[in-house]
Amino acid sequence: MTTKKQLLKVENAGIRFGGLKAVSDVNLELKQGELVGLIGPNGAGKTTFFNLLTGVYVPTEGSISLDGEKLNGQAPYKITKKGISRTFQNIRLFSELSVLDNVKVAYHSLAKHSMLSSIFRLPSHFSGEKEMEEKAIEFLKIFNLEKSMHEKAKNLPYGQQRRLEIARALAANPKLLLLDEPAAGMNPQETEELMNLIALIRERFSLTILLIEHDMLLVMGVCERIYVLDHGQLIADGTPEQIRNNPKVIEAYLGEEVS
Amino acid sequence: MNILKQAKFFWTSIVLAIVFSVIMQFLITGGTLNQFYVNTLFFIGINIILATSLHLIIGITGQFSIGHAGFLAVGAYASAIMTMKLGLPFPVAILVGGLAAAVAGLIIGIPTLRLKGDYLAIATLGFGEIVRIVFLNIDYVGGASGMTVSHLTTWPWLVACVVLTVVVIANFTNSTHGRACISIRENEIAADAMGINTTFYKVTAFAIGAFFAGIAGALYAHNFYIIQPTNFGFLKSFDILIFVVLGGLGSMSGAVIAAILLTIISTYLSSYPEVRMVIYSLVLITMMLFRPQGLLGTREITSFFKAGKTAKGGVQHDDKKTVA
Amino acid sequence: MEVIQQLVNGISLGSIYALIALGYTMVYGIVKLINFAHGDIFMVGAFIGFYSITILDLGFFPALLISMVACAIFGVLIERIAYKPLRNATRIAALITAIGVSLFIEYGTIYARGAQPEAYPDGVVSLKSLELFGVKISGQSILILGTSLFLMILLQFIVHKTKIGKAMRAVSHDMDAAKLMGINVNNTISATFAIGSALAGAAGVIFGVYYTKIEPLMGIIPGLKAFVAAVLGGIGIIPGAMAGGLVLGVIESLVSAAGYSLWRDGVAFVVLILILIFRPAGLFGKNIREKV
Repeated sequence: MTTKKQLLKVENAGIRFGGLKAVSDVNLELKQGELVGLIGPNGAGKTTFFNLLTGVYVPTEGSISLDGEKLNGQAPYKITKKGISRTFQNIRLFSELSVLDNVKVAYHSLAKHSMLSSIFRLPSHFSGEKEMEEKAIEFLKIFNLEKSMHEKAKNLPYGQQRRLEIARALAANPKLLLLDEPAAGMNPQETEELMNLIALIRERFSLTILLIEHDMLLVMGVCERIYVLDHGQLIADGTPEQIRNNPKVIEAYLGEEVS
Repeated sequence: MNILKQAKFFWTSIVLAIVFSVIMQFLITGGTLNQFYVNTLFFIGINIILATSLHLIIGITGQFSIGHAGFLAVGAYASAIMTMKLGLPFPVAILVGGLAAAVAGLIIGIPTLRLKGDYLAIATLGFGEIVRIVFLNIDYVGGASGMTVSHLTTWPWLVACVVLTVVVIANFTNSTHGRACISIRENEIAADAMGINTTFYKVTAFAIGAFFAGIAGALYAHNFYIIQPTNFGFLKSFDILIFVVLGGLGSMSGAVIAAILLTIISTYLSSYPEVRMVIYSLVLITMMLFRPQGLLGTREITSFFKAGKTAKGGVQHDDKKTVA
Repeated sequence: MEVIQQLVNGISLGSIYALIALGYTMVYGIVKLINFAHGDIFMVGAFIGFYSITILDLGFFPALLISMVACAIFGVLIERIAYKPLRNATRIAALITAIGVSLFIEYGTIYARGAQPEAYPDGVVSLKSLELFGVKISGQSILILGTSLFLMILLQFIVHKTKIGKAMRAVSHDMDAAKLMGINVNNTISATFAIGSALAGAAGVIFGVYYTKIEPLMGIIPGLKAFVAAVLGGIGIIPGAMAGGLVLGVIESLVSAAGYSLWRDGVAFVVLILILIFRPAGLFGKNIREKV
């Protein structure tokens, strides 16, 4: 295996809300093509960390860079354009839009036709919209959603909504995909299908993936490396094997139950 | 295929609109229609423009603005200054009215569109009142007694503006730019995360909406002989809001139909203003209690003509509530 | 001295705003509804007070009391008929309904009794004016201030020391949790509307006594400004509404005193937009961010 290029670098990143340190002093590195897990007990700050990466919150300390370019303080939509895309823990689809249109929205920043060409229906509008539609359908096929592409997103069954959210995140053409508890609320069979799908898209789009998951076993099964967050701080990182035997991690998880 | 169909529908509508307006023109010049009907027709046209322009802001982009009469006022006064004070031709006045309102839209939109929901509503309402009070205090435009304006709004100008408004807003909505706006309405955080510049699109929708409200203002001013600040109070804003909400938030045809129906109803009741307002308010309350999604919900009227399982989002019946 | 005189006027006006703003803020705090009809309850209160004084030949305090009771009942009726069925509806539907109710009260009143204004008779209040350090404070001003102050203290007492006040605070904090704790949410909301409407009714009578002229559309502008006052103080916060009302009244009087009385109505809205942009939670509020 050749030495892989570094993609994401997080140095001493943190955020405080008023006096409360939600996340502090996180150092994390992702190399191109890795599938890395981020685990931790409830309220450890995992989603807050995602919000820092995607610009929903601006870090009050430290720095975050993608491909050597600093992301701190940039608007979320700019960060998405630079190549970080995400899903949400509580699904956030555009529920009144069709499945197809949900994916098309993610293509928006790649659209070639201007607002004026759309308003006056110039040829570039038609070619641009056609290209978007074709690409979006292609995507839905990978996710087995093309049959329901004209359904409203809110009318899809739960598992398909989760899949659509991943499809939509991928359509934004990310280098790094952040998945926030993608298997939450799924049954074991759906979870397995989802994991296969993640493996597939990772290969096909040569993606780097950072995955938040609650289910330890699941993370251990698919991730190459794992970071563990507790009380807003990284307490461990390493291979699944190392994490499994790390006393700090065990304490964090068990301690949660005891106290 | 879908796109071809869209184009066909578009051109048929345009041709129908032209045929309709030419017939109406003959009826008006021939004197077949009496002045009462002609006036009603003009009101309907102006209200359609107002309804569709606010539909873009509230129904599509989901920004709850209730100061639309402010933009109407800016357009009315700006255009009246052009024709009455500077002696410029009417088309220039229409354009200036629209542009002035769009600028007002940018000035108010850039700071306030950071606000959400109720707060944005109140801020825009405040803006509408400020505009009214400013005109009330400028002697150049006549202060409280207002400004006399020549009658320049003709049927062809009206039709042209209505068609332009409807076409531009429909085309904008049915494109990736319109979808960007709808995604903001549906879930602003997700839209942001999908690479949509939410601030840009909110402000753009606001400015386009204001532009057309300004055009409506120019037509309104030159249809009335006189404009006064009291014409543009927040009751006027509520009137426009009611078109959009009764028609169904998110449905342009709904807004247009509501504008037509309510204009007809209120012209017939115009000799009994109190009764009109009492009925109006009762309709409003009853509608919200029994059909809060409005006449058409988010659907468009065209969806009723298409066969069973149709394309394009927003067709399925969705009366049942979803459980998150 | 002129400035102090204006300050006194401003505080009188401000305390009327504050009384109306309290109802706005309490209702918003508990059901998150901008009750546009609130300004019209103020108007109805003014008329009930007027008829009590002229037809029933009552004095100020009995008229005030009748008006408060009638408005409380009226407010509860509005809530039960128009707002309660919409408790789970969208915010827009609720807001539109509130606008509808407001228009209905205004034009229903005009339909019932005509649009002509009425004037409160002179000498309802026969207090002598006071001279303090060269500033003349009229008996009416003293009465307004005294009554408003008393009502606000009473409200603080109700909210903080009584069972229903405790229930109101619980429901405004978390309606579902309050329900689970066995609080009767419907009654609590009705009580909130009753108290808020009674205060608006009182403000109506006080307004009539102080400014004399009343008419069916008189509630619109004071209603909007009281809402501005509520936002200024931080919506949902009771002391905030009082402070916001007083601040707004003083600002308006000072603007009038500076010779810009025609701009007076505009100033309130400028204040509103500035506060919304720079401190949307209001003077007394805390910022809350949406959870992602």
